[in-house]
Amino acid sequence: MPFALATFVLGISFGVLARSLGWGVVAPIVFSVIAFSGSAQFAVVAVLGAGGGALAAIVAAILLNSRFLPMGVAVAPFLKGGPLRRALEGQAVIDASWALASRGGGRFDREFMIGATLPQVAAWISGTVIGVLASDVVGDVERLGLDAIFPAFFMALLVDELRDGGQTIAAALIAAVLSLALVPLVPPGVPVIAACAGALLGLRGRSS
Amino acid sequence: MTTLWISILGVALASAAIKALGPVLVGGKELPPSADAVIALLAPALLTALVVTETFGEDGHLVLDARAVGVGVAALVLALRAPVLLAVALAALTTALVRAFG
Repeated sequence: MPFALATFVLGISFGVLARSLGWGVVAPIVFSVIAFSGSAQFAVVAVLGAGGGALAAIVAAILLNSRFLPMGVAVAPFLKGGPLRRALEGQAVIDASWALASRGGGRFDREFMIGATLPQVAAWISGTVIGVLASDVVGDVERLGLDAIFPAFFMALLVDELRDGGQTIAAALIAAVLSLALVPLVPPGVPVIAACAGALLGLRGRSS
Repeated sequence: MTTLWISILGVALASAAIKALGPVLVGGKELPPSADAVIALLAPALLTALVVTETFGEDGHLVLDARAVGVGVAALVLALRAPVLLAVALAALTTALVRAFG
């Protein structure tokens, strides 16, 4: 899993960042273990680091992670068991695994998604541990260009999707325009949710 | 310190609830074809938004900085069918170089 490597590096940068805000050693590691959500955890770092309160931090994280709602709906028909087991399997939905498990045409590979999530969670937690412990050694993550890793990684998944052509490209264009227009206007996280409206193009029937 | 722990527990619980909701509500039911068509387009729409916000977004406004150059290089080599890891590494390297010499 090449993505586990990127997740590992991002985990390190989260650990370094959290430590630099005075979170200590235990809190960042506990956070990565029970939440394992890079985007939400970075959002909490940003809000608390800017002097915001717990409620603002939680709301920001919910807005960012609300993208897992449509993602969960999409994989739902392919999960197994009763409500409790399905709720548990739904925890395996993370951006990279969800996108990698997408088999096109709305189909998802359940085993592949869960199998892809486990090493990523391990990489995220171990990265956090190393970042927290080695924060003095690693230094500035931005100087190393590490903040470009995640958008580049999403770009890789997107380029794969776009090879389907037709409506896929149109939906991506709508999402690009919506998110660009909304970033300056609404709180972080909302543009990503609003961009899902691009997918409503599917209601117009298939042209590709 | 309490603010930090409330945030950590609150985010963990909310995140778990969000992820559980879809699978529990939709269950094992077959979705109508129109829903399938929308869901098939969710991945490209979400991925595009993630690329846009993480490349150009910075504290609630749009910026054009070294990240855009790095991600642009990644897009270019990906279009030429370069492996993902190479594209991601080039994005980080380019961004670091632009920051150092730009």
